[in-house]
Amino acid sequence: MTYLRDLGSGLLGSLRVMSRNKVGFAGLIITFVIVLTSLLSPYFVHMEMTANLDAIYQGPSAQNWLGTDYQGRDIFKQILLGGREVIYVAFLAGILSCGIGVAFGALAAILGGWFDTIATAAAELVITIPQYPLLLVLAGFIRLNSPIGLAFIIASISWGGLMLAIRAQVFSLKERDYVQAARALGLPTSHLLLKEIIPNMMSYILTNLVMRMTNAIYGQVGLIFLGVVPMAQNNWGVMYSLANRQGAIFGVNSAWYIMAPIFAIALLQFGMINMNRSLEELFNPRLRRGE
Amino acid sequence: MATLQAQPSARSGKEISTMLRKFFKNYYLRRTLKAVASVFVVTTLTFFLIRLMPGNPLDIYVASQMQTLGVSREEAEVMASSIFQIDLKRPVLLQYTDYLTGLLHGDFGLSIVSARTPVSALILRFLPWTMFVVSVSLILSFVLGVLIGTLMAYRRNTWVDYFFTGFSSILTAIPDFMVATLIIVYFGVRWKVFSVTGVRGSLTPGMVPGWRFDFFIDAFYHAALPIITYVITSIGNWMLQMRSSTMATLGEDYVMVAKARGLSEGRITSGYVGRNAILPLFTTLAIMIGGMFGGSVLIESVFTYNGIGIKLASALGARDYPVMQAVFIIITAATVTANLFADFLYGWLDPRIRTEGR
Repeated sequence: MTYLRDLGSGLLGSLRVMSRNKVGFAGLIITFVIVLTSLLSPYFVHMEMTANLDAIYQGPSAQNWLGTDYQGRDIFKQILLGGREVIYVAFLAGILSCGIGVAFGALAAILGGWFDTIATAAAELVITIPQYPLLLVLAGFIRLNSPIGLAFIIASISWGGLMLAIRAQVFSLKERDYVQAARALGLPTSHLLLKEIIPNMMSYILTNLVMRMTNAIYGQVGLIFLGVVPMAQNNWGVMYSLANRQGAIFGVNSAWYIMAPIFAIALLQFGMINMNRSLEELFNPRLRRGE
Repeated sequence: MATLQAQPSARSGKEISTMLRKFFKNYYLRRTLKAVASVFVVTTLTFFLIRLMPGNPLDIYVASQMQTLGVSREEAEVMASSIFQIDLKRPVLLQYTDYLTGLLHGDFGLSIVSARTPVSALILRFLPWTMFVVSVSLILSFVLGVLIGTLMAYRRNTWVDYFFTGFSSILTAIPDFMVATLIIVYFGVRWKVFSVTGVRGSLTPGMVPGWRFDFFIDAFYHAALPIITYVITSIGNWMLQMRSSTMATLGEDYVMVAKARGLSEGRITSGYVGRNAILPLFTTLAIMIGGMFGGSVLIESVFTYNGIGIKLASALGARDYPVMQAVFIIITAATVTANLFADFLYGWLDPRIRTEGR
């Protein structure tokens, strides 16, 4: 019970710190609302997928809050349902690329020697090659058809920068007194890494995860727009690319169809980018003002 | 006797190794080697993807030719060889070296889709437009970003600062090709500032390239929207970086000394603050160039601007592998060269970087 109470008060304290930065806190709330609705709405919202040719490109009304698309289907419902896959791919790609970056960076700094040389060279190479064309070519050669494959490809090209940063941080952290003390106690390297070093980089890793997720959103929506990744489900990227193909930009009412997914993606990214500011304040007390 | 003879040779051996080490510690040489190595790895990767990966396009092409044209495997392989610029009869290792020599001679094979045109001809036709748009945008956004960033630092916590901070934090949230769509929807369709169909392509049909005024006007007219998109999506990065860098520089001792010497405000801003504050921005120049070349695929597709990016997009859609790999190699080479140039510029501007690790 006391454990639960501690956890609760800890969370409340964190929220209080995070709420100090107004824009950052707004970002946190926006992100949470969008992620929650996107994850939950598939269980509540029912989408009529058959075409209704009498109601093509209707403007917003009480029935269709954001109007209808080129087949007369409700846009608002598509927005509610279309976020889940985008967030899923972004999260998976973010976790994977952070995982690779942290593992390689930490191991390179700890092991040194040839592993360090090779891993560093690989990371520098990944950074040098322009990411988006590489992503396109990989996605073009390796025929993708699942969100997981897409996440893997996005992750495989975006770990370089984080790896180098983590390597540099571990190099500096492993010489700190508390790490040296733990080493003197004879604790194994895995303990040093997992219990002493990585927890101290958690804030950096977490903010990086969010940045990587926004990059993954850009990557996947772009790939879907270019038609490299066939996705049939409700998805903001698919909406955007369909709206482009159907020429939705040319009408006043039809513009809602293309504006809706753009607005949804922009709002999510805006939330995530600003949420990072609050996270940074939470983890880095030096940034806090007036305490 | 033997020891006497050995000594000088040992010393010269040591001298050679220190000379070699000094040679490789050279900043410019190290950067150049790295650039060459990355282009080399990229070409090797594309060779692997095309030739060796299971289910690679070459095997698929041979199989489809055998099926649709009813030719023997041998004939189909000869056709594939001419298109992919890889002679399938030779051992794989020689195929690889042939492929590399072909690339060095600018031989990228033939396009599958565009009526057997040499890929190199396609690249020569489309690449200059992308280079034009990317370089103009980069210079514009850098210069404007640095100026606005300096202004923000000098007027920090005023409405100027808040306005531009808000502007950049909203624009970084929207992917650049969606900004392009927004420009078309609002400025093109709704407010009719420009004609949506008129700005398509890289030139008005019938316009002949030449050193004439109307040609340049036309080229800029068609390039204006991609340039505006690049500038407003990348300027935020320069502004915010310049803002924080300038604020850090303002506290430096040499700025204080300059003020104490009674130098004019303008001289301090440009000669003492600006010159030093701008240096860290060059480290992100490389990333921005890569991002712009990469983003060209999407931005050119939205505006139907005839550059190398839209070529890559259409090659992807049509699975035109020779074009895909060639454009990819060219974009990589262009980015790596631009990075190298940025590195040299940075090393020239900031000697501390050049002599690091000596």
